Amino acid sequence: MTTLTVPLWRIAHGRSGDKGNRSNISVIAWEPAFYPLLVDQVDEAAVLRLFAFRRPTAVTRYLLPKLAAMNFVIDDVLDGGVNDSLNLDSHGKSLSFLLLDLRVQVPTELAPLLRGPDASTTSMETTR
Amino acid sequence: MEILRIGCAAGFSGDRTDAAIGVVDALVAAGGSSFLIFETLAERTLALAQLARRKDPDGGYEPLLVDMLRPVLARCLRHGIRIVSNFGAANPTGAARRIRALALELGLPPPVIAVIHGDDVSGPGHRAALKAALSSSLEERSIVSANAYIGAEAVSQALAAGAQIVVGGRLADPSLTVGPAMAHFGWRADDWDRLGRATMVGHLLECGAQVSGGYYADPGLKDVAGMARLGYPIAEIADDGTAIITKPAGSGGRVDAHTVKEQLLYEIHDPSAYLTPDVVADIGEAQAEELAADRVRLVGVCGHRRPDALKVNVCFESGWQAEGEISYAGPRADARARLAADTIRERMADAGLLRIDLIGSCSVFGDDDGHLLAATSARASSDVRMRVALRHNDRDDAQRLEREVLALYCCGPAGGGGVRTSLRPTLGTRSCLLPRELVPTRFELLA
Repeated sequence: MTTLTVPLWRIAHGRSGDKGNRSNISVIAWEPAFYPLLVDQVDEAAVLRLFAFRRPTAVTRYLLPKLAAMNFVIDDVLDGGVNDSLNLDSHGKSLSFLLLDLRVQVPTELAPLLRGPDASTTSMETTR
Repeated sequence: MEILRIGCAAGFSGDRTDAAIGVVDALVAAGGSSFLIFETLAERTLALAQLARRKDPDGGYEPLLVDMLRPVLARCLRHGIRIVSNFGAANPTGAARRIRALALELGLPPPVIAVIHGDDVSGPGHRAALKAALSSSLEERSIVSANAYIGAEAVSQALAAGAQIVVGGRLADPSLTVGPAMAHFGWRADDWDRLGRATMVGHLLECGAQVSGGYYADPGLKDVAGMARLGYPIAEIADDGTAIITKPAGSGGRVDAHTVKEQLLYEIHDPSAYLTPDVVADIGEAQAEELAADRVRLVGVCGHRRPDALKVNVCFESGWQAEGEISYAGPRADARARLAADTIRERMADAGLLRIDLIGSCSVFGDDDGHLLAATSARASSDVRMRVALRHNDRDDAQRLEREVLALYCCGPAGGGGVRTSLRPTLGTRSCLLPRELVPTRFELLA
């Protein structure tokens, strides 16, 4: 199968929210056809690896198939949270964009459904 | 039963003060029963309000209260649009008095204003229960505020008693919508499915333009027209609790299935158990249906029995935060900024944790301990602003950071400019649960 490597934002969008020292990040498929790719590739382990430098203690993923969406809850990732963090972005508002830059594999037949400008962010690979 | 319209004109303390005008225009044009809500409290807002009240016993409510209401109060009262808000913050009675004074200033007959009591649990009566509920040992004298998230019942009762304006403190955000819906449709307080649906409608409304396209915008990928004249959201709620989300005709922004889904999941943890004082809402089977341009129906939500305990946020004095920034640009800007950071680190080695950001290379994605910054190679960034921040219990020790950053002006590295420093007291937050029966709520009509 031939696949394209693209950033996650070409198949999904999302938003981060905060409660205390816990962040949640939604990942919402642009098209229902992309939802199975999200479920397969953007799992708890992938998110834990991506945020490892911020020392989260747990990542939980919730699936919402009727919304073609997932919700990640990342514990202790905000350096204390809105009132305690020294980060300029103490809410972690920007963190959805860290996740949305994750690389994912998309079958070439779904390429016409990709969102956003078709620029250098896409590379084609053949996997066996 | 007639459709109920609820428009939201503020999503936080500090939101656009002209937001209500377009919403009220749309509610008047639509006719029928309608409400205007303002949601203005967040985890730190209430603590700041509590500090303001310490300085001025008549203060401690939303600082922009008058700016938010002045443009629309007369029209709301004339057209029977009732107002519900938590903009009372640390002093709902003070806010209610100020609203009555505003009505007099505007030459209006005095409105019937209800004040919601019960959320403030900072007094001696709750102190023992709070200490038991907080696992960490907080020094009592450092507690600035303790407020329980309270629900819609007292709001609904106040509206049934004829209130035109309902002013609360830490009313839970979605309860600002659930209260009017309960009063309008006559729902029981244990009608979990309807309360669950109205709760999620309230959740969609409570952040203002976050559901109507503003916060969604990402040019080239998620284009939104009219960002400078965003329409704030309006829900058209049916008797079964389902609702259509829309916005004023001709306003900027957009409402589609994607803007609604982003806000539906905002600040949600387990989607099948969104805990509020009124109900445990469940969006596990929810769907967002696009009916027409800027009209999306939320369906599939249900609800479960409300929690027995209420969440309480406790804010306490946590010391001082100092920050300093200085910019470097042109060749080797990143390297000079890193040298500045290393210099500060060495001179303040005894000061505890220093957070370093290189704005333009690595900042908000980074962690307080600097793991990401250390792993980020000195890129060819030609415009970098070094930021250093620290928190300290002692004001003088924190202030030392300001002087050290300022001294970089002459001590170098080369070409550092634009120093800005700040020092401010900080507030920490802990949350805990209190049994519901310890937090009775009630309304009072302003005499």
